[in-house]
Amino acid sequence: MAASRDGYGQALLEMIDDKEVVVLEADLGKSTKSLHFRNARPERTISCGIGEQNMMLVAAGLASSGYTPFASTFAIFTERAFEQIRNGIARPNLAVHICGSHGGVHTGTDGSSAQSIEDLAIYRTLPNMTVMHPCDDVSATVLTKQCRNLAGPSYMRTARNKTLVLYDGREDELEIGKGVVHRTGVDVAIIACGVLVAKALEAAEILSADGIEASVVDMHTLKPLDEDLVAKLTTQCGCVVTAEDHLLIGGLGGAVAEFLVSNLPAPLERVGVNDRFGESGQAEEMLDLLAINTADIVAAATRAISRKKL
Amino acid sequence: MTHRAAAGHPGGSLSEIDILVALYSTRLRIDPKQPDLVDRDRFILSKGHASPGMYAVLAEHGFFPHKELESYRVLGGICQGHVDMKWTPGVDFSAGSLGMGLSFGIGCAHAARLDDSERTIFVMLGDGELQEGSVWEAAMAAAHHELGNLKVFVDRNRIQNDDFIDAQMRMFDVAAKWRAFSWAVKEIDGHDMEDILKGLEWMDGITDGPAVIIAHTVKGKGISYMENNPAFHGAAPSDEQLLQGLTELGVEV
Repeated sequence: MAASRDGYGQALLEMIDDKEVVVLEADLGKSTKSLHFRNARPERTISCGIGEQNMMLVAAGLASSGYTPFASTFAIFTERAFEQIRNGIARPNLAVHICGSHGGVHTGTDGSSAQSIEDLAIYRTLPNMTVMHPCDDVSATVLTKQCRNLAGPSYMRTARNKTLVLYDGREDELEIGKGVVHRTGVDVAIIACGVLVAKALEAAEILSADGIEASVVDMHTLKPLDEDLVAKLTTQCGCVVTAEDHLLIGGLGGAVAEFLVSNLPAPLERVGVNDRFGESGQAEEMLDLLAINTADIVAAATRAISRKKL
Repeated sequence: MTHRAAAGHPGGSLSEIDILVALYSTRLRIDPKQPDLVDRDRFILSKGHASPGMYAVLAEHGFFPHKELESYRVLGGICQGHVDMKWTPGVDFSAGSLGMGLSFGIGCAHAARLDDSERTIFVMLGDGELQEGSVWEAAMAAAHHELGNLKVFVDRNRIQNDDFIDAQMRMFDVAAKWRAFSWAVKEIDGHDMEDILKGLEWMDGITDGPAVIIAHTVKGKGISYMENNPAFHGAAPSDEQLLQGLTELGVEV
């Protein structure tokens, strides 16, 4: 078990000898895990205090001068600087890499003010922006390091709490923009991201005991969406379930729905937060409360399959 | 430009123009043949709506032919409504949304420091723009990081979009605010060339932290019907007004 935010910190640490990499913090380096980079390279770490709007544009100025900035804070606080990101980073297509940690209701006891459940949707709306939500620490490390090769900006949500490690020894399978198939079945395709990838795999085992075989995909990149893979799995399985610790509006479910409705209409059931805010509670309690846990994915799969048979 | 486009921001372009002329003529180490050279001075027009003033100066300094000024606000033209680094050679920042240029300049100043470069980052802010809270996040950050390569002008023309600043949101003592944020501060007459050049010399001497000049200016400077008239923040002159304005500025028409 490990937290994806630790994977982000590890990636920065692995880039300390890359002289074009600079790290920006808004007081939360201990939480987002950029502190390891700060300890190793204080001269290339810029403290912006509790000032996210300023931080995003300082990063833009650095990017315009040939540096590759990695700026992190809580996912929710990146949103305070949305317009700075829109106008100052995405619009001029500057390669600033934003990491929002503590995303989703899985964040837990801090409560609804800290649980960003809309970040993936709002960053998907920005032209030029790559949007990612890795499911474990290993993939967070690999994908963060791959950001170094992007020509434009990116947003990555990481999670506060530990989840199952899925990519230990499988680092080579990861590429920004390409979903990873973790399980192959022909009855239903479950497309998940972030902390719900492990839950989707659990759900697939439960379904399998009932004779239902599911494909399970880690769609760590929401934008650009791996449309080829979605199309292939939809054709293969005939119905789709999406699962995310995010609002039903505009996240992974929204992205898949947008693609399917225009290209390959098929039964789609979306597991996500249904138009409400979270509250304080343990991570697992929150997933249960908001009906986005393993059992909910199983139920969604059953519904999707029944629609297919109509 | 604004007359041709029947839109735009002439008032703020005229209040800033003397400072821009001084900067481009005497200070900025830039090469119109290599507008993207990394190791160049930067000029960040944070009040990006006052683009006609900047476009005129850039054309005068050879960044693009004067003919391109006709493309201001025209589809496909290099002179976008608000200054944009992706469209216009010599523009260092994509502005248009107020309160952003100083932060971007801080990033450029950090980059210059990391590069161990002598290059200087100049930023021009509008005074109405100081109402944006994020400007003060940036002011605090620049002082904290002791950015001696960051030089700022505030175009203190006392008018914003809707009305006089004193009617919309009073600034009180602008210089005192910057001093309180630990900046070196000087006030000048932003239309007196001698005063502007002295101000630039003063800025050269500040190397241990950021410096700001509060330039007292007149919105619509040089054209009687525009001067100090909030109606010309974002309105173009008519045919008749254009003729009168150019005549008053001493342009042969």
